[in-house]
Amino acid sequence: MPHDLPFVEAFAFLAAAVIAVPIAKRIGLGSVLGYLIAGAILGPFGLKLFGDPENMMHVAEFGVVIMLFLIGLELRPELLWRMRDSILGLGGFQVLLTGLALAGAAMALGAEWRMALAVGFILALSSTAIVMQSLRERGLAATDPGRSAFAVLLFQDIAVIPMLALFPLLAMAPAGGEGEAHGVAALPAWAQALAVLGAVGGIVLAGRFLLRPVFRYIARAGMQEIFTAFALAIVVGVALLMQVVGLSPALGAFVAGVVLADSEYRHELESDIEPFRGLLLGLFFVSVGAAIDFAMILAQPLFILGLVVGLICIKAAVLFLLARGFKRPAADASLVALSLAQGGEFAFVLFAFAQSQNVVTGAFADPLIAAVALSMALTPLLLIVGERISTRLSTSAQRATPDALDIDQPHAIIAGFGRFGQIPHRLLKANGFRTSVLEHNAEQVELARGFGHRANYGDASRLDLLRAAGAADAQLLVIAVNDAEKATEIVEISRKHFPNLKVIARAFDRLHYYDLMDKGVDAAERETFEGGLRLGVKALRALGYGAHQAERAGRLFRRHDERQLEEMRAHWAAGEFETYRSAVTARQTMLEEALQRDLASQGVTRGDEAWDTESLDEEAKRRA
Amino acid sequence: MRTVLVLFAHPAFHRSRANRAMADAVRDLDGVTFHDLYETYPDGFIDVAHEQGLVLQHDALVLQHPFYWYSTPALLKEWQDLVLEHGWAYGEGGVALRGKDWMHALTAGGSEDSYRAEGANKLAVEALLAPLRATADLCGMRWHAPYAVFASRLKSDSELHTAAAAYRARILALQRHAQD
Repeated sequence: MPHDLPFVEAFAFLAAAVIAVPIAKRIGLGSVLGYLIAGAILGPFGLKLFGDPENMMHVAEFGVVIMLFLIGLELRPELLWRMRDSILGLGGFQVLLTGLALAGAAMALGAEWRMALAVGFILALSSTAIVMQSLRERGLAATDPGRSAFAVLLFQDIAVIPMLALFPLLAMAPAGGEGEAHGVAALPAWAQALAVLGAVGGIVLAGRFLLRPVFRYIARAGMQEIFTAFALAIVVGVALLMQVVGLSPALGAFVAGVVLADSEYRHELESDIEPFRGLLLGLFFVSVGAAIDFAMILAQPLFILGLVVGLICIKAAVLFLLARGFKRPAADASLVALSLAQGGEFAFVLFAFAQSQNVVTGAFADPLIAAVALSMALTPLLLIVGERISTRLSTSAQRATPDALDIDQPHAIIAGFGRFGQIPHRLLKANGFRTSVLEHNAEQVELARGFGHRANYGDASRLDLLRAAGAADAQLLVIAVNDAEKATEIVEISRKHFPNLKVIARAFDRLHYYDLMDKGVDAAERETFEGGLRLGVKALRALGYGAHQAERAGRLFRRHDERQLEEMRAHWAAGEFETYRSAVTARQTMLEEALQRDLASQGVTRGDEAWDTESLDEEAKRRA
Repeated sequence: MRTVLVLFAHPAFHRSRANRAMADAVRDLDGVTFHDLYETYPDGFIDVAHEQGLVLQHDALVLQHPFYWYSTPALLKEWQDLVLEHGWAYGEGGVALRGKDWMHALTAGGSEDSYRAEGANKLAVEALLAPLRATADLCGMRWHAPYAVFASRLKSDSELHTAAAAYRARILALQRHAQD
């Protein structure tokens, strides 16, 4: 259906997402399947609302790029380094063995060996977008099997590059049209390699040294949308650079993400880009759904079904055996195997490329493309099955360790890292708790980093930033910002969105303390009270008290003051400031008089009577 | 039924399996108030008036604690020093505690054999508790034989469970104990 209005497609996409995704989620299938079904319904074989799904896929691939950037942001280099065994071992063997097994299957179906080899390796790749989104949605992304799956996917994404380079060598006949060699591809091989290295090195260097001052400059300007614009510009720029040198844009974005994972602006970047990821990935899934060729499937349903089942079975079997070989528990291995058993989005690109290079014939490729699309659509269902099997296996054999790799999960979030916040931060760290720090002042962040504290730039009163800092899984939020209103605001947000998160807060003064307690903090501390009290104790010492005597006088004062704080809360809650004020004054006078009375009569403060009492002296004298 | 105030003192409760088991065995009993001193006074600043009020509300005191240097942990000693005031607990007009019961429930690292004349500690637990018995006497309180868990660090979970059940039985017996 030809139409000139771009709004039709946009509206169809948005409406389909709004209708299909919540339904799919409600019945437990996950958003990915919702998008895929929406795509199939809207596509050329359904309502024909989308003209050319392949065109749409180009736009939507940017969603995959953003997703890999965000995945990179969560993987600090040392974490990536710790995963090297999984990436090279599990990932490398997966591509090699699955590729060979599928090549064998292709030969059994009558393919010539070179074509079979190309087909095998194309089908060995899985779908990073679908798998990662589904794992994340089911809360499996940060678990052991989730990380293993990601390691394999990462290797596959890298493996695409040599595939593109090697396929021309498998050509059965010299490629007809070399295609228009453009940009770097026109250069000799050594120059191409140099350009690739230069581009990746450039990303790393720019990420390390150039971006920070720019971020700081923008942060100072305090304009939210410019920060978002800059973040998007980085991702788009990297994708563009990668395309020019002939690398996968998604891989480049991943590298840029890893480079920035250590930066204090990581949470801010994550939160700003996150909304784009969701919708663009959705668009990507819709276009995959629209690309399913139902005409072909209906023409030879049993053959296509056989291909899908064969593909999934071979991939899952190889992965399961491999994961077991790499000493993963059976529960994890089955989950990894089933989650990665589908074909990937790269298959569409690579099949097209292979056909242009005369490596694979169209007659052989077309049913396989349909099978890949179907296997992708089945992934959310396979994952549900995998999770079932996995839990059954793990209850019988008791999971060994909860999650060794999950070291980044903070126990506590510290909001505000000024003179105040760093004290609870250091105390928690010294006791072995992991913290995640948010501070909205760029200079303060830099200062803290200079002293080796992992502080992140960001405004803790933003829900998305709290979430990025780990509020959903942390146990405690420590609010230590130096702005009373901001602190109250953070309390309200965290109470509303993270009801299980304990919250303790720095109170500006008594009234703010009451306000915070009213809003439901678990505990609050008046910011100047302890410091003032300690100085008061020092004053008593300077005036001649012994150390222990002064200390106990201070503790007695603290006890009375804290009790009074609670008692006066009722007056404050009544809302009458004048009655509250006079009640406080009266109570304070009473306390001082009581303290003085004790002092005058006994020379010791109350609570110490038994240590040295006049009554005992008198009784002793009388008996003597 | 007599009411019991358990004065519990352990400065590192999180590390004590024995006291954890014992505490869990008695804290839910009817007529028993389990009072964790280190939890109530983390800064060691005991509220004397509050403590005296608590004592008056109960018929029996059970001091549950590890047997540090043949005595109580420091905070429980401070409790004795400050709460058992002259003119309240003893001396002229000091009748507040008269007729109440006093019992120790303690955990010791050494074996029962080590608390014998020929053992490493030379004296029995009850003999070592002489100063506390004198304190109870001076306050006009009735002394009960201590309940002790020996070799507490070496006991298995099930052995500790048995010991805790025996402790619970001792408290129940104390509650049934008829007044003279």
